Amino acid sequence: MIYRETGQFKANYADDQALFPIAQDRYVIYAVLFATFAVVPMILNQYWLNAIILPFLIYSLAALGLNVLTGYCGQVSLGTGGFMAVGAFSIYKLMVAVPELGFITLVILSGIITAAVGALFGLPSLRIKGFYLAVATLASQFFLIWLFNKVGWFFNYNATGMITSPPMTIFGVLVTGPEATVTAKYFLVASIVAVFALVAKNLARGRFGRNWMAIRDMDIAAELIGVRPLIAKLSAFAVSSFYIGMAGALYFAVWLGSAEPTEAFDINQSFLVLFMIIIGGLGSVLGSFLGAGFLVLMPILLKNILVDGFGTDSALAAHIEIMTVGALIIIFLIVEPHGLARLWRIAKEKLRLWPFPY
Amino acid sequence: MLFFIEVTLSGLMAGVMYSLVALGFVLIFKASGIFNFAQGVMALFAALTLVGFMDEFGMPVWLAIIGTIAVMIALAWVIERVMLRHLVNQEPIILFMATIGLAYVLEGLGDILWGSDVKVLDIGIPQGAWDWLWDQGIYVEKLELFAAATAAILVIFLAIFFQKTRTGRALRAVADDHQAALSVGISLHTIWVIVWSVSGIVALVAGIMWGSKSGVQFSLSLIALKALPVLILGGFTSVPGAIIGGMIIGVGEKLAEVYLGPFVGGAIENWFAYMLALAFLLFRPQGLFGERIIERV
Amino acid sequence: MSARQFGDTILEVNNISLSFGVMKVLDNISFDIKKGEIRSIIGPNGAGKSSMLNVINGFYHPQEGTITFKGETRKAMAPHVAASHGIARTFQNIALFKGMSTLDNIMTGRNLKMKTNIFWQALHLGPARKEELENREAAERIIDFLDIQAIRKKPVGKLPYGLQKRVELGRALAAEPELLLLDEPMAGMNSEEKEDMSRFIIDVNDEFGTTIALIEHDMGVVMDLSDRVVVLDYGKQLADGFPEEVRANQKVIDAYLGVPHE
Repeated sequence: MIYRETGQFKANYADDQALFPIAQDRYVIYAVLFATFAVVPMILNQYWLNAIILPFLIYSLAALGLNVLTGYCGQVSLGTGGFMAVGAFSIYKLMVAVPELGFITLVILSGIITAAVGALFGLPSLRIKGFYLAVATLASQFFLIWLFNKVGWFFNYNATGMITSPPMTIFGVLVTGPEATVTAKYFLVASIVAVFALVAKNLARGRFGRNWMAIRDMDIAAELIGVRPLIAKLSAFAVSSFYIGMAGALYFAVWLGSAEPTEAFDINQSFLVLFMIIIGGLGSVLGSFLGAGFLVLMPILLKNILVDGFGTDSALAAHIEIMTVGALIIIFLIVEPHGLARLWRIAKEKLRLWPFPY
Repeated sequence: MLFFIEVTLSGLMAGVMYSLVALGFVLIFKASGIFNFAQGVMALFAALTLVGFMDEFGMPVWLAIIGTIAVMIALAWVIERVMLRHLVNQEPIILFMATIGLAYVLEGLGDILWGSDVKVLDIGIPQGAWDWLWDQGIYVEKLELFAAATAAILVIFLAIFFQKTRTGRALRAVADDHQAALSVGISLHTIWVIVWSVSGIVALVAGIMWGSKSGVQFSLSLIALKALPVLILGGFTSVPGAIIGGMIIGVGEKLAEVYLGPFVGGAIENWFAYMLALAFLLFRPQGLFGERIIERV
Repeated sequence: MSARQFGDTILEVNNISLSFGVMKVLDNISFDIKKGEIRSIIGPNGAGKSSMLNVINGFYHPQEGTITFKGETRKAMAPHVAASHGIARTFQNIALFKGMSTLDNIMTGRNLKMKTNIFWQALHLGPARKEELENREAAERIIDFLDIQAIRKKPVGKLPYGLQKRVELGRALAAEPELLLLDEPMAGMNSEEKEDMSRFIIDVNDEFGTTIALIEHDMGVVMDLSDRVVVLDYGKQLADGFPEEVRANQKVIDAYLGVPHE
């Protein structure tokens, strides 16, 4: 009964074009923002923030990025792990070389560097499509990881090949390094994610978003009505990599603290983020969050149930987890290829009409 | 010069091993348009099952192989029932992602059933250097030679199967046009079970070869990733393409590792194949043996 | 009908030949289109009609011959160049963006009118917002014109066939083209839908002054609609002229009209 748009009239196109045309949706967003910045840090303990909320937010950012490329523009990429590594190593080099620019600037710069690398590796998409492209993006994954492993310049020639994030502050508050509090990290990451989720939504509903979707739905027709594939595809690769690069930078500098390329950014990361957008919903900003939340929470839940609840051996539990993730992917693709976001939309439609069937 | 020949030969042999995996991809792609990402894990799963039958149930080799073949056929049936059947009209890319899910399921299942420790697989394939060439100063593994011979036999067998048998012709009909095949009464479901069974058996062969060479372990499933550039090079639908593509990748990779590797820090075989395939794609997007695509609106 | 007066030649194709491998699809085709007219290309299946349209808007590149559009002569051009010079089209098998709404499809058709860069787009403020609203108004005018207000926010993939054809026309119109290419706009329609579509075509031509080149199977419709008609058969040009001339042409009767159709 509460979720009604009756009586909300749009007098001009500007109102109809608004981000959330239905008033109740706006209230929900305000509530979520309020919860994110006021309630969550108050009620959740350090473990929750660090083990669940931080990775959830960072993966959401990566999933947003991949969703731009795969969900909106229809180009499947298996190179997410590699691009996250570009972001991580960029911010490492920047933090060591030019810390005076400030951490947020460095995060954005890492995103921009990754965007350039992403656009470069997106070039083959102009000649090849579909599976061929998916395989081609694997090239970037393997090549980039190899590069960060072998070329000493990237990890400043230290003996272990590990990179460790030096402490940095924003407004005098430590946000990286072992001394930084989880709460400070949380506010930083949540702010960045909130801003760039809005940006993604804006891009998706504007000219760029439409051109991406046009390429996805029917590339030849898109080209014939004047969408330039070169610009549409490369901009999708660049924007996507920008997000993934920032996610990689935060993943390393804020969350992990130190990283080693073969472990932190291997091909399983690529699959994990891809799974997030499949389960969450291809071509949906909300879906990126839902998918990330689902795949961050599920292993923890499953582990709690199996290991703590039934006393299952932890190696076996890990195998069961892998199987469950795989099975879920198949189930989602069969039952609801549009993911959790679609389920949410259906629920909303039902709610609008409730208690009437239609 | 001798060293160059040795490197080339060992590249060729390694390439044949890639081809064995690529072959399974091609079969499924030809008959159903599905890019089966789980092919490598299928090889791992088959090898695990074989070792399990031999070690845990004490079966003789021949019985264990027959048992594994039965398991792979049963697996194909289950995959068709539970997964493919429900995804018939989906876009190819959705099916592709479903096979990534399948890869995870099979990996988890194999580990749960048979454990994830490294296993030794010995079904009596000769090991060590091939004496005759060794006398000439060239080192070639007997095992790899055996693999090459097996691959050749497999290809001949598949060629006969596709050209001469009724089922084979039906498979080709489905590959050409799903709808037309349906309208003349070929059951898509049966065809899919058959083709997934065949590539399950091909996966078993690949699993045996790779397992004998380097033990049965998780990394086996990663050889699938090596087979992908082979596919790009050879074209997704061409059996000879898979073989020749495999050899080109194998030789290219070995030569690059030996002659180029030292200058850039080594271990380039992880990505070199991909770059080679990619460079190739930019000039010939349909692969070596693929057909030229004329786009229509 | 044939008494209508037209302006200058807007498009001229000269000695166009196109082949795929050994198959000759178009063989030495020449004709012109005058500003403001409705020009039809007809012919039996496989005559090369669609290929002709594909050549005009740059999707196929002919081996021989030239195309002169608005005084500029060229052998071939990239599709997006053709589009930016004012050539829009619809497709034989509807090529809408199925995952998008009617409104978004039409807005995509206005892509070439939109210029703001990615940074304003990301903020959705200032010039980007203004541009979006201006183009939304233009899109709404087309929605009104085609009478599809009710399906504005519906995903086009789920619309009935006739409506999809109409949305596709809308998407092409959104670009405000000077030359509109219609590839079998009435294929697969019932007679009522055909009548509607004919009305829209005439209205577009009348109200916006858009030059139209169309391919059509339905002879009755073509003869009523068109100012002039080109007839193709197996890639060869059989006739070119006013509908009544074409109707009387013996070669055309033999190749096409003489055979009972449908």
